[in-house]
Amino acid sequence: MRNHTPWWKWLIIAVVIVPGAFYALPNIFGDDPGIQLRGARGGSLGAEQFQEVQAVLDEVGLAYDSVSLDDSGIRIRFGTTDAQLQARDMLEARLPTGYTIALTLLPAAPQWLSNAGALPMYLGLDLRGGVHFLLEVDMATAQRRAEDRYVADLRSTLREAKIRYRGIARDGAGGIKITLRSADTAEEALKTIRKELPGLVVNAEGTGSDEDLSAKLAETEIDQLFKFALEQNVTALRNRVDELGVAEPVVQRQGDRRIVVQLPGVQDTARAKRILGRTATLEMMMVDEEHSLEAALGGKVPPGSKIYRFRDDRPILLEKRVIYSGENIVDAAASIDTQSGGPIVSITLDAIGARINQKVTGKNIGKRMAVLYIENRSTIRTDADGLPMKDDQGRVMRTQQRIEEVITAPVIRDQLGKRFQIEGLDSVDEARDLALMLRAGSLAAPVEIIEERTVGPSLGQANIDQGFRSVMVGFILVLIFMMIYYRVFGVFANVALALNLVLIVAVLSMLQATLTLPGVAGIVLTVGMAVDANVLIFERIREEIQNGSTPQASIHTGYQRALSTIVDANITTLIAAIVLFNFGTGPIKGFAVTLSIGIITSMFTAIVVTRALVNYLYGGKRVKSLAI
Amino acid sequence: MRIFKQVTQFDFLGKRRGAWMLSAVLLVASIGSLGVRGLNFGIDFTGGTLVELEYLQSADPVVIRSTLKEAGIDDAIVQYFGTSRDILVRLPVSADKAASEQSSDVVSALRIAVGETLTEGAQGGLQQCTATGGGVRDCQIQMRRVEFVGPQVGGELTEKGGLAMLYALIGILIYVAFRFEWRFAVGAVIALVHDVLITLGIFSVLAIEFSLPVLAAVLAVIGYSLNDTIVVFDRIRDNFRKMRKGSVLEIMNRSVNETLPRTVLTSVTTLLVVLTLLLAGGEIIKGFAIALLIGVLIGTYSSIFVASPAVLVLGISREDMLPVAKEGAEAEGDPAP
Repeated sequence: MRNHTPWWKWLIIAVVIVPGAFYALPNIFGDDPGIQLRGARGGSLGAEQFQEVQAVLDEVGLAYDSVSLDDSGIRIRFGTTDAQLQARDMLEARLPTGYTIALTLLPAAPQWLSNAGALPMYLGLDLRGGVHFLLEVDMATAQRRAEDRYVADLRSTLREAKIRYRGIARDGAGGIKITLRSADTAEEALKTIRKELPGLVVNAEGTGSDEDLSAKLAETEIDQLFKFALEQNVTALRNRVDELGVAEPVVQRQGDRRIVVQLPGVQDTARAKRILGRTATLEMMMVDEEHSLEAALGGKVPPGSKIYRFRDDRPILLEKRVIYSGENIVDAAASIDTQSGGPIVSITLDAIGARINQKVTGKNIGKRMAVLYIENRSTIRTDADGLPMKDDQGRVMRTQQRIEEVITAPVIRDQLGKRFQIEGLDSVDEARDLALMLRAGSLAAPVEIIEERTVGPSLGQANIDQGFRSVMVGFILVLIFMMIYYRVFGVFANVALALNLVLIVAVLSMLQATLTLPGVAGIVLTVGMAVDANVLIFERIREEIQNGSTPQASIHTGYQRALSTIVDANITTLIAAIVLFNFGTGPIKGFAVTLSIGIITSMFTAIVVTRALVNYLYGGKRVKSLAI
Repeated sequence: MRIFKQVTQFDFLGKRRGAWMLSAVLLVASIGSLGVRGLNFGIDFTGGTLVELEYLQSADPVVIRSTLKEAGIDDAIVQYFGTSRDILVRLPVSADKAASEQSSDVVSALRIAVGETLTEGAQGGLQQCTATGGGVRDCQIQMRRVEFVGPQVGGELTEKGGLAMLYALIGILIYVAFRFEWRFAVGAVIALVHDVLITLGIFSVLAIEFSLPVLAAVLAVIGYSLNDTIVVFDRIRDNFRKMRKGSVLEIMNRSVNETLPRTVLTSVTTLLVVLTLLLAGGEIIKGFAIALLIGVLIGTYSSIFVASPAVLVLGISREDMLPVAKEGAEAEGDPAP
């Protein structure tokens, strides 16, 4: 029988459409205001915490819709934004530390949908508002620090092997120069270093002198180093972001030296920037009180000491030896000193730090200990025109700036232990940032923000509205046009078009691919182009009718002949879309994704679905004419 | 309803010289403008900072510029963006300070000028314009959008964008050569290069900002224009096998005419949505929509007047398109020659 749709084709259509509709469903429910609680510093929340949170909520008698616990933490849903804000304040005040509390929007779709894995589309930051940072890890600094470590290792290795040397230092060109006392020990030194420090490549040749050896980091060591620096930075950044209290933050590596940080809903990016990019740490040192500061300022700095400055530029002479540093700090919290009213940071040390602190402060009661604040800043070097300077490998050159400021240098009155406080900070904000930085851990290498895209909440909403409106208007215009132009067949094409939209939304929801504004544009474009397949088919059918074929034969040949054209045309567009995707930075990728999905789903709906509809109406009977 | 009552008989290929004159003029003007004026690259490519602000009342760019100058921000370009309440501030890559901090400086300087500061509640909490209250929605100034692109990213994008275009063209060349014949592939690519150059040329002449979404649109135009061209080619191949009489020119002319209703129709539906995007999609999507609008028009023109004539001039003959033995199965239903 001509133009009959076999049962298995109907089955395929059903198998595509039913799950498609199911996965598209969550998108029509919108969002509820909510609060997301996560464990601070990557900790997880369990049943115990769940009960704790619930107890707080019940105790203060706040109206909430539901509380739930899943892998990502605890989610509380509210009917109104007011209730959400109140609850946030309450939770912050009453919950113990160990929670990160963030305001968020939770999908309002019924629970059984999300239990079945059907989630609404994941909106990009340009639609929901928020900030996107691209950070570049300064690998040159990471490498230099590693070389510094190796210089120290070389010294101790040679000392232990009883090989005397005149000097070991970085040569400034990515290598380390070792000058031995005597050329006779060169052989032995080579052997020792190769055995003890396999991460170095040492050579005696080409140094110009028999006493000199040259060493540099092995390729594998550098790779390892970069990988480690990147991973360590991702971890540290994740901790910092957690401290910011943002729901659903993204911290992800991109390529071999970049990190993407996305903070949905963040409006004021100044603080986020300050906290992400900073490489601040503390070092504790003793004040050198045996030597005179005046003499040191006059140029006679005693060996083992160095002049530092307070924030107000007052000089102070400190012993160079670091007692302990930020690495020994396990917790830090900012608060206001009840007596002086000034901002303070309360610090908790790890076991090693506590032991050292105890020993040193116990021995030095009555003397002064200084807290030194250290921050590395890197700025791009620019030429006279303000353009960035590049090195011979085309990389942007940077100037490193190390800021060292003495925050405070109080007299030790008691033996200190695991806990102590730092005073002398300028503001509460500063105390808070410093505490955060100390808690979150330091970066293995400095990072620099090389790209920022922030979308304010009002623009995000406007983008959603405008995007939605343009999809709808474009869609309806095309529907009307097709119906007028192709009558009944136009209606079939319109059904296919509507299904196509549902399927695109379903696939985007299923993949949880990020929907961006260019992505919406891609959907709109797909709406325009998706009818192309139907236009091709219908024009073919019209031609066949004009050539005198029967209606049934025209339908059959029309679909058959148009098929290869449609496939060719769509595959070439798909090639362009795939290239776009691979080229893809954020916005372009979003466009490429929706365009690709749209091409594939539109082929299905325009060919298979319309054919089934046409067959259903006309197939297998005597038809005098077609409404086309 | 129909645009054409029956198959049209326009002599598209016979008039190719006239069309080529037009194309030549457009191409020369485009290349000339691209060479002399270049493209008005946005910060995606040049690097720099862009801040979009929305004022509660209409704002004056001159005042804003001087406010910024007082705050030590000298080289800001301030302009309206859409309405008189929307302000766009642009800054080049900074010479002396961390470039990523510029945007925050701009926003806070302007906020201070209207007597507001943005204070933040506890951890990621609500932000207020003044310490005493007023949610962020009541602020005099709303930060709508900040874009900062470092110099290292911008350079990469220009290079990657060019490469993407090249890869797309090569991919298409290979696919078309494989599915049709090399002359068709070359004809298609000539048409695509033609479309891209003229689209870019118009952007250059009108000095419309060339941003990342615009690049995406240009690449989408490649896909769209190709779609059109392939449909015509497909019909030409079909007709070469089917029509035993007629010169090459006649067959090609007939093919273009036969596909004409479809070419026009698809352009109409696509233009419908592109115009919707242009009018209702908002400022940000404007450049994207303009590029698509130009591209769809040029692409439709080129698939009729550039691609097929190019194949003709490259010397296609009936023999080139006859099915080889192994393709016999595919040409099923065609009367065998």
